[in-house]
Amino acid sequence: MAIDIAILATGVFMVIAGIAAIATKSLLVSIILSGGVSLAASVVFLLMGAPDVAMTEAAIGSGLTTVVFLYALARSKQADDEDSSERADTPAAGIGGAS
Amino acid sequence: MMRKVMVMLALAGFAFAFLPLAFMAGVVKEPGALASAYLENSPRDFAAANVVTAIVVSYRGFDTLGEVAVLFAATAGVGALLTRKRLGVSETAGNKREATEILRTATGILTGLLVMFGAYIFMHGHLTPGGGFQGGVVIATAVLLNLLASPGARVAHGVMTAVESLSGATYVGLGLLGAFLAWGFLDPRTLPLGTLGALASAGAIPLIYSAIGLKVGAELSGMLEALKGDRE
Repeated sequence: MAIDIAILATGVFMVIAGIAAIATKSLLVSIILSGGVSLAASVVFLLMGAPDVAMTEAAIGSGLTTVVFLYALARSKQADDEDSSERADTPAAGIGGAS
Repeated sequence: MMRKVMVMLALAGFAFAFLPLAFMAGVVKEPGALASAYLENSPRDFAAANVVTAIVVSYRGFDTLGEVAVLFAATAGVGALLTRKRLGVSETAGNKREATEILRTATGILTGLLVMFGAYIFMHGHLTPGGGFQGGVVIATAVLLNLLASPGARVAHGVMTAVESLSGATYVGLGLLGAFLAWGFLDPRTLPLGTLGALASAGAIPLIYSAIGLKVGAELSGMLEALKGDRE
């Protein structure tokens, strides 16, 4: 009974965090919230008696995936900055790129 | 407006389709026929205390080989895509911020423990929950911590490539040994099975899972380094 309540509470947290992850404007907050959903999912797996899956979800879902997303976000920002600075330096290239 | 209505309709359709699943969810008291067959046979067949590992490495060993191949292809793709353009070589090298004292000290203490824990997870895959994939990711976490603590650091690519290819070859070699000496490809009964619950038991399963763990760890470390960028 106590386990059912814990599973339900974790599930409710997952739904709320999932909706917040798509509703938020900031990509950083969104990435962190989806990592939190994965962490809650691993707790649910553990409560349901699947420790192998729980370990995989905790290590890959909430650890590695979050880090990969954060690196990707940093790199895409970096690429954006470079593009805009290139356009500022050479106006002709900017016009050519826009057409 | 029209788009929102369509999205709502699609969502309602999904909810209706998945509604029966919601009522079936829950912890099953009695395992099904296939599950009970695995539970009964795997200690006798392979002397593996962890039934999940017996299924992943031996009963469904070929699927696991495929998974490892998919992971290899994915990390190779990430490496090829991200090293071709070499974003921000000169600009980011200068303004890299130093890591904080706390992070550097913690990295020094944790790195050894993390690598040991990862090795423990994949060596005890046939006894306790976990296995090659989980252990490999834990080892990659140790590498990630070091990359964060010292931004200028590089992963030794020669070592990583050697570990990755050697462990992959060991995996396939052990599988072929099973084909020649035992019942079929990836059959772990090429080595003595030993007693249930001992570290040196379950035939070749610990060796196979160690090879998978090292391979996954090396691949993911290489991928993290490729994502970090700023290599010369």
